[in-house]
Amino acid sequence: MFTPELGILAAMAVPLIGALLMWATSRMPDLRDAITLATAAVLLVVVLTILPHVLAGARPTLALFTVLPGLQISFTVEPLGMLFALIASGLWIVNSLYSIGYMRGNGERHQTRFYICFSLALAATMGVAFSGNLFTLFLAYEVLTLITYPLVTHAGTDKARAGGRIYLSYLMGTSVAFLLPALVFIWFVAGTTDFTPGGILQGKLGHNGTAALLVLCMFGVGKAALMPFHRWLPAAMVAPTPVSALLHAVAVVKAGVFTVVKIIVYIFGVDNLAGSGIGGSADWLVVVAGFTIIAASVVALGADNLKRRLAYSTISQLSYVVMAAALLAPLSIIGAVMHIAAHAVGKITLFFAAGAIYTASHKTEVSQLDGIGRRMPITMGAFALAALSMIGLPPAAGFISKWYMLSGAMAAQQWLGVVVIAVSTLLNAGYFLPIVYRAFFVAPAAVQGHDEHPHGEAPWPMVLALGLTATATVLLFFLPDVPLALARQMIGL
Amino acid sequence: MSVMAHLPALQVVVPLMAAPLTVLLRRRDLAFGVALVASWTALVIAVLLWLQVEAGGTLSYAIGNWPPPWGIEYRVDRLNAFVLVLVAGLAAVVLPYSRASIEAEVSSEQHYLFYTMFVLCLTGLLGMAITGDAFNIFVFLEISSLSSYVLIALGRDRRALVASYQYLIMGTIGATFFVIGIGLLYLLTGTLNLADLGRRLALVDNPRPVLAALAFITVGLSLKLALFPLHQWLPNAYAYAPTAVAAFLSGTATKVAVYVLIRLYYSVFSDAQAFAIVPTEQMLLILGLLGAFAASTIAIFQSDLKRLFAYSSVAQIGYIVLGISFHSVNGLTASIVHLAMHGLAKAAVFMLLGGVALVMGGTTLARVQGLGYRMPFTSLGIVICGLSLVGVPGTGGFISKWHLILAALERGQWWLAFLIVGSSLLAAAYVWRFIEAAYFNEPRKDIGDARVPWSMALPALLLVAASVVFGLYSSVVLESARAAAVMLLGPR
Repeated sequence: MFTPELGILAAMAVPLIGALLMWATSRMPDLRDAITLATAAVLLVVVLTILPHVLAGARPTLALFTVLPGLQISFTVEPLGMLFALIASGLWIVNSLYSIGYMRGNGERHQTRFYICFSLALAATMGVAFSGNLFTLFLAYEVLTLITYPLVTHAGTDKARAGGRIYLSYLMGTSVAFLLPALVFIWFVAGTTDFTPGGILQGKLGHNGTAALLVLCMFGVGKAALMPFHRWLPAAMVAPTPVSALLHAVAVVKAGVFTVVKIIVYIFGVDNLAGSGIGGSADWLVVVAGFTIIAASVVALGADNLKRRLAYSTISQLSYVVMAAALLAPLSIIGAVMHIAAHAVGKITLFFAAGAIYTASHKTEVSQLDGIGRRMPITMGAFALAALSMIGLPPAAGFISKWYMLSGAMAAQQWLGVVVIAVSTLLNAGYFLPIVYRAFFVAPAAVQGHDEHPHGEAPWPMVLALGLTATATVLLFFLPDVPLALARQMIGL
Repeated sequence: MSVMAHLPALQVVVPLMAAPLTVLLRRRDLAFGVALVASWTALVIAVLLWLQVEAGGTLSYAIGNWPPPWGIEYRVDRLNAFVLVLVAGLAAVVLPYSRASIEAEVSSEQHYLFYTMFVLCLTGLLGMAITGDAFNIFVFLEISSLSSYVLIALGRDRRALVASYQYLIMGTIGATFFVIGIGLLYLLTGTLNLADLGRRLALVDNPRPVLAALAFITVGLSLKLALFPLHQWLPNAYAYAPTAVAAFLSGTATKVAVYVLIRLYYSVFSDAQAFAIVPTEQMLLILGLLGAFAASTIAIFQSDLKRLFAYSSVAQIGYIVLGISFHSVNGLTASIVHLAMHGLAKAAVFMLLGGVALVMGGTTLARVQGLGYRMPFTSLGIVICGLSLVGVPGTGGFISKWHLILAALERGQWWLAFLIVGSSLLAAAYVWRFIEAAYFNEPRKDIGDARVPWSMALPALLLVAASVVFGLYSSVVLESARAAAVMLLGPR
């Protein structure tokens, strides 16, 4: 019988086995790429088999090792992890399709290594999603950092390595210097690091202790890219676009904000943080996240390189999640969870589009995109839809998450949050709409006819992939039931 | 049953008798056979002793039936039973490895002498650990030291001679200081039995000679255990010695010296007033921390992996001493666990590097480029041991580092916890240098097609596996170490 506990194991084992098979078939690219797709499909099926159990209220648990008393490597599926695993495994299929088009279209080297590392990264992501305690999460988080390093530096150039070093040192540095001491301290205070509804720190720490621990935790999760520890994200954009798309729009950065939400909800406890004794110890986080939202948007406004603009947009959008969680209002936390999903599908579409533009026309700067929508209507159409989602307009998923965040902020009378969301919406529009406008309404520069080689859409797997994710962005607007149900379960509504 | 009763004596006598046997046999295969039987027997005895101690508490054995404190007492308690298993275990794993390893590194007419010196060194280390007599410690210390000077000098690289000479000078100074300290204690109390010394020292009124003894012993042992800044002999000795010797010594020699330090501090000086007058704990704390930081930093800038990991040893010893300085159950537990975890990981690294030198023709970072593709298992093994040195969860090093941090938190010293974690980042940096060379470079073209023989690969991978297994199933090591720590700090 395929129990959900077995499903947890399978969710991590399937990508590992897939990686082995890819290694074995490295000399047969067609078979290897087929295995990539098959692995992704099997993984999604496995994750889907767990979903009904979680929706029904079950919390399947799998304990593997007891490293030290009270310190286990164990996995538990709760609603948030379920959602994260669904998003990552679902988008991996689409991304594999896209990767195959991209890697072949650009004739990249070391393709087998690329697919193997990708597969292993997904295994680590499943580990992050399903971890039953902070200790296990920390481990999977570090594995994810390490295994994505070869992907970031895939090009093997000095520039790629320099970017990779920044990537590695920021993520490793913050997690070891801040999150690890926080982990030890949490265990020291609470005797456990298990993710428990309501948190495990009630009455264990005073106001200052809580605030200090929260600082360590929040800056320790470098993947959430809270300023001033955000620079790894633009640096990681030296990676091939499929990597930026899946890892730096979905798996890695979402592992960051996922961890942030997990820590706030299951370690500190929302009620505990908002409670009377230590009330206000999370206020600083609203300010820092709000600042990150605005500042990153301003930088994005001035960035001409398309991937760089998207990277700063990601930094800004990630802080939405952090801020929404820090507002500590039930509605805003639903918004945070929804935004993890909404931003994932939206941002992956944008990266897909950027990669498609690069593959078809080798253009990387926003200023080169005049009139490109006429040559690549599907790509730019999808881009426009995803941009709407980023801004938070209907009919795109971003609208729903922003709606909940705003409602939560108002309900909690956190006016700073309200203002930040309003201003940043304008800024988002300010850096996304000009791209759409250029693509469709500005005539292409007709001067240098000789180096403007004619091109149409990118290879079909890429177009199919970005079409699918753009559709998902809209679908999530009309059918947000599953993520909403999971979000409500998480906060116990 | 009578054999069981004599196990403490046999623990030392078996390898001691094997030494002259290897010389008499002269044939290197026979010598190897004798040494192998002796070291494996020693391991069996050590495990039996450990089981007895776990079951029934401290064992006392009077050599020649002269009752202590007049005769020499061999005394096995939870602490040295642990150390005995570690030393004998590493010897039992390194010895099969050495057969193929010295083939390339030691000229063949000296092979039987290698085994002679190896079992003698083992004898000395086991003797230091098992004996309950202060002067006897000195005798075994000299046996182990003299044989290790010879072992290091056996290296083909001419620099091995200089390294051995350097170690000889430093080691002799250390041993002399140690024996002066022991002499002072004898003058004060009229006894050499450690347990007896501890009792009588508490009754000594005049603290000045006790302080002098403490100072001599501390400095002498610090030289032997390579506590920063008395570590200068170690990097050269490990880098130029035959690999099997580096592997064995890195896992055992400094560890036994640490054991003696713990033993003297906690069983002999514990009740004396000396610690109240001189801030020994703070001194050890500062030196341990300095060692961890300075040596890790130096390691980052090494271009030869053997030297890199040798400096890493100095840093790791810093952690062990740090744990001792905490004077708490968690701190001591961390130190004792780290004796084992670092011993396993570091011996494994040096054994793997022996294979690397064989195949790649050297162990500099330039030569190991692309190692991850040329020797995937060896390379992965070094990475795993490196992670254990960093203290990554899932490896043995994590268990000790966790307790070290806990001990710091217990004292309310937040900054110390951060410093420990920060120094781990330095360790991560030097391990990363290897990873970058091994995995993010094209394999070199000028590498022959030599292969690592199984007799070298298997023992090394066994230790790597042990590093992981003890990281995931820590309870045996941890319980044993904790029991030892509780016993040392025991009821006053």
